[in-house]
Amino acid sequence: MTDGLFAFGVFFAAIFTNNILLTNYLGMCSFLAVSKELKTSFGLGMAVVFVMTCTSAINWLIYYYVLVPYDIVYLRFIAFIIVIAAFVQLVEMVIERLSDALYAALGIFLPLITVNCAILGASLFMVIREYTFVSGLAFGAGSGIGWAVAIIAMAGIRTKLNVRSKVPFGLTGAGITLIIAGIMALAFMGFAGMISIT
Amino acid sequence: MLSSFLIAVIAMCGLATLLALLMVIADLTLGNYGEVKITINDETEMTVEGGKPLLATLMGEKLFIPSACGGRGSCGFCKVKVVSDIGDYVATELPWITEEEKKENIRLSCQIKAKKDLAIQIPEELFNVKEYRTRVERIRDLTYDIKEVTLKLIDPLEIKFRAGQYIQFQTPEYELSSESVYRAYSCSSVPSRKDGVELEIRLVPNGICTTYVFQYMKEGDEVVINGPYGEFFLRDTDAEIVFIAGGSGMAPIKSILLDMAEKGIDRKATYFFGARTTRDLFLLDEMRELEKRLPRFKFVPALSAPTEEDKWTGQTGLITEVLDKHLKEGNNVEAYLCGSPGMIDASIGVLTKKGLPEQLIFYDKFA
Repeated sequence: MTDGLFAFGVFFAAIFTNNILLTNYLGMCSFLAVSKELKTSFGLGMAVVFVMTCTSAINWLIYYYVLVPYDIVYLRFIAFIIVIAAFVQLVEMVIERLSDALYAALGIFLPLITVNCAILGASLFMVIREYTFVSGLAFGAGSGIGWAVAIIAMAGIRTKLNVRSKVPFGLTGAGITLIIAGIMALAFMGFAGMISIT
Repeated sequence: MLSSFLIAVIAMCGLATLLALLMVIADLTLGNYGEVKITINDETEMTVEGGKPLLATLMGEKLFIPSACGGRGSCGFCKVKVVSDIGDYVATELPWITEEEKKENIRLSCQIKAKKDLAIQIPEELFNVKEYRTRVERIRDLTYDIKEVTLKLIDPLEIKFRAGQYIQFQTPEYELSSESVYRAYSCSSVPSRKDGVELEIRLVPNGICTTYVFQYMKEGDEVVINGPYGEFFLRDTDAEIVFIAGGSGMAPIKSILLDMAEKGIDRKATYFFGARTTRDLFLLDEMRELEKRLPRFKFVPALSAPTEEDKWTGQTGLITEVLDKHLKEGNNVEAYLCGSPGMIDASIGVLTKKGLPEQLIFYDKFA
């Protein structure tokens, strides 16, 4: 398989078969907290897509050009997390400077995802699975989109749920959300045979 | 072994330094919004460093918007009205903002940032409420049971209030009270006198604060007040004014009248002042003086129970009766009332009977 085709496969697998949220259960806290409304979860989803794509690329470079040559890959956790934190902060400042509308839609979520484990998770999976730069980028983007798809779907379900359903009192809020997330994960397992990535 | 350890330390330090440097540069370029001007209630302007949340910026200027969470967007208290354009609501504001507030562009000040010149509106009292350390400059007897207390500000040195507003007086712990309590008193001094306030305090039998003022407080003592508060001030219209007061209800009315005289506000005004006997009348000379300074102002004291020795030739009867007699009709009239709840309720009855709408009757009840 050529590199380009492989990257394409990784991209789709990250969205569907290996959805980082629904198969690895990463990034749960913001998934539970912000999935109440469609509009806000869309904003958060887009912020995650953007940050995940960019940090995957930066972390790939840091990993293969700094950590590997000096044989200090065991420092990848701390290196990745400070890169993510700094990058998110930087992006927030840029967005705030450039556009009020974009800041209102996206920027406000950026501090929230600095410590989102899905972002760190994507970078770590990328180096563990030894992706090339292009595949790593595709994996980052795919994971971000996968996460966004999951949270937007959840927000849609929860919006309907609020209007139509009588949720037992003990299950309201996070309880019913986790159950729904489980069912969604089962549904996504239906994609499993389509593509597989290693 | 040592070298790999060193390499690790150097590499991480290098990475961290690089990122920190990047952040510093970004902060100086991207995050630098220069100085911005905040205009508050159309009159006060302050120049501040831009880019920080509005709440924190205002706090830096010693302007305290109420906030319980300290600016984390979790209490929803720190609302201000933004008049200038500041962009859309951010998601963290929305849970606290109602549809009506949206129409008025009420924002959470901890979630919006002062990135460019802003014009905001906040309740006037918020703008001015402060705690003041003061020294008792003078205590003067107005009547046998009302004292005029003049407080000179120590820190801060200036107070800004509207004529008719009140302050809270902190009674310290003393023999009769094991805790310090606050009591509200209207300022009787003219607002243009900014270095102090004057209060008129009437003795309430066994009252914690008034007993302190009458029996314990001496000239030269230090007391703490905070304020100003209240919506009892002269509305800016051309309507005829009716003032009604009794006892120490004189205080805010006197302040309003002095303010009118100073500003040259020439409106038809009648001041009905209720007392039992001449023993309860005070500041008569000041009122005569005000009648000279305000050509269309008339002071009408009325005694409800004059005695033989009083040799009273003025109005007699309850203040409501005098009011009923003098006030022709409630057309184009505003009323300002200050006194005991009984007096105020009775007066409101007379005024509404004369056709005064309730929203034009302003009052300060002594609780």
